[in-house]
Amino acid sequence: MATEDKDTNQAPDSGQPESKGRRDAIKALATVPVLGALAYGVYKKQKEVTRGRDISDVFQVSKDEAKYLEPKPGGELIRIGIIGFGIRGKQLLRAAGFAEPSWIDTMMEAAKTNKNDTRYQQYKEQDNLNIEITAVCDIFDVYGNDAILAGSNVNREGLNGTFGKAPKRYRHYKELLAANDVDAVIIAAPDHWHSTMAMDAAKAGKHVYVEKPLSWTVPETYMVRQVIKETGVVFQLGHQGRQTDCYQKAEEIIGKGLLGDVNLIEVCTNRNSPNGAWVYDIIEGSNPTTIDWKQFEGDPERIKEYMDYMTKYGLERYVGPDERSKFSLERFFRWRCWWDYSTGLSGDLLTHEYDAVNQIMHVGIPHSATSSGGVYFFKDGRTVPDVLQTTFEFPDKDMTMLYSATLASSRGRGKVFMGHDASMEVSNILQITVDKNSTRYADKIGQGIIHTDAPFYNYVPGQDSSDSVTSPTELYFAQRGLLYTYVNGKRYDTTHLHIREWLECIRQKKTPSCNIDQAFEEAMTAHMGTRAFLEGRTMYWDKDKEEIVRGEIV
Amino acid sequence: MKTSQIYTKAQLTWLVILRVFIGWHFAYEGLVKILSPKWTSLPYLLDSQGPAASFFIKLTQDAAMMDMVNMMNKWCLLLIGLALIAGCLSRIASVGGIMLLIMYTLSHPSFVGTTYLMPFEGSYLWIDKNLVECAALAVLCTFPTSHVIGLDRYLKKIVPESFCKYKLI
Repeated sequence: MATEDKDTNQAPDSGQPESKGRRDAIKALATVPVLGALAYGVYKKQKEVTRGRDISDVFQVSKDEAKYLEPKPGGELIRIGIIGFGIRGKQLLRAAGFAEPSWIDTMMEAAKTNKNDTRYQQYKEQDNLNIEITAVCDIFDVYGNDAILAGSNVNREGLNGTFGKAPKRYRHYKELLAANDVDAVIIAAPDHWHSTMAMDAAKAGKHVYVEKPLSWTVPETYMVRQVIKETGVVFQLGHQGRQTDCYQKAEEIIGKGLLGDVNLIEVCTNRNSPNGAWVYDIIEGSNPTTIDWKQFEGDPERIKEYMDYMTKYGLERYVGPDERSKFSLERFFRWRCWWDYSTGLSGDLLTHEYDAVNQIMHVGIPHSATSSGGVYFFKDGRTVPDVLQTTFEFPDKDMTMLYSATLASSRGRGKVFMGHDASMEVSNILQITVDKNSTRYADKIGQGIIHTDAPFYNYVPGQDSSDSVTSPTELYFAQRGLLYTYVNGKRYDTTHLHIREWLECIRQKKTPSCNIDQAFEEAMTAHMGTRAFLEGRTMYWDKDKEEIVRGEIV
Repeated sequence: MKTSQIYTKAQLTWLVILRVFIGWHFAYEGLVKILSPKWTSLPYLLDSQGPAASFFIKLTQDAAMMDMVNMMNKWCLLLIGLALIAGCLSRIASVGGIMLLIMYTLSHPSFVGTTYLMPFEGSYLWIDKNLVECAALAVLCTFPTSHVIGLDRYLKKIVPESFCKYKLI
């Protein structure tokens, strides 16, 4: 270290001359002005940021959080019967608070091996819905016994847990419906049974939660609507998407015209696995003695309606190919692959997308539907296509909804609402990207406040919504769904909320969000798409007669 | 370390400039977070990689812990920055800064094969800007300047001798 300037850069000694005091002060405070510069810089930058981000004159979204029908304290206990305990039935009962013990064991094991796996903890924390499972029905013995075990798992424990009273198992759904200790039923049977069971349940005075789609044949769609209305039971169709936080925000955004005129909506299904393509496992222990095949075949009246339609329009190639009476494990477990039981991509997956659009924009039944597709990948003997495109026209809304589905590619194409001023993509998060040729935002684009090459507004449930432009960091994480997954600790399962809403409507004598009118619109829309595919021509909706017709309506 | 370290003018000047620059960087990083009400370190922590990742991810699972982590991070950044600029308790500030930077490095190490959601603005292998700044703060600890240019020049005179012997200033 050099020794020059010894007197100037050494620490002050206590015995320094008086004249050095001033110099000491200058040296001690020499860098303090930098703080002033920092403060000035921050002030200028903040001012710039605030000015640049003010878009409130053209774009304002409320800070309202999604609204749900909250349970009232002291609501009565509701006794539930479940019909159908296959894949979806298990999920529904789990969402209602009654998981199979083996599932709990699996979740506990997963939490042990991976500390970041919080599914078990989340499940344990899920609200108690104040219900009792008193009755279960499945025509396959293994599922029936599984249902008894799940229904008695009141403490949400594994196989070594302590169980409550076991629900009674019924082998025929009509026996279950005749039981006095059942107030309401959850129906998760195959599609060809939905409406029949819903009607019989309503006639027996039981409230109904039925899986989507509402119906398998067109004629039964009218009947079930009438029966539900006449009996006055509380009805909920199983589109749990109704409880998605973002859909409520999307409704507000479109309602306020922030996207401009929306003329095209694109929705899709993208799956790429055997399970996603309905090739489900064949369960051990399944054989003609453990499965009630006769009951599986369906209601004779429904089958007649189905066969009448298929023969009237020359669609016999889509029937079978097996005889309906012939026992088949493939057809029992993978029934979605055959029109004999299934409603295809239209009923199974398009309905979710359509119901979301109907919730957000109240579009109603479309004016027309045109479909195309085929069995292009899963050439396993199925009659239901694995690739399907359906175009729905809503001329009174100046709008087209395009549904595009493949079961052999998982490339996502979003749920996109394309407007003149901006487009909105909705999933678990919501993103708006302004159109470069927008009229509404033209000034802001010109001033460089709004950029059109990336989303400028993101709504992430649980986060404060903001009218201002999202920072690049937030955007980056929001796009990847990271914020959503962990925000505020507690994350609700939409199916749980959907069942909760139905139960609360029973208690509070209200109407659920996916009521019978919404269900009717959903089913007719799906039937139009299906018929358009099967018949290879455009289907039209005669609004006045409430009928699906062929040939243009003027 | 002798407190009567003698530097050339050039050495002193550049050491002070280094101190002020690092201080500015820390202070502004802190201010930005304090002034942004929505800011949270949650996504950054969730994006942790390397051997310590589980520790940082675990922090995010507890809302109260997250509040504390956020509070500590933003205010420590600001206070360390201000202290370095003003030359006030600058050795403590330097050590505090080193600790923060080590935490960032443990959370986001530039190992071969680690990929992050949030891209870095540069290209790094093992040594990233955090580690460079960390080394620079160590240099400032080794070659202190605040007793010459900085409030520590006065502080040294005020605080008791017994405190000074810990060489915190």
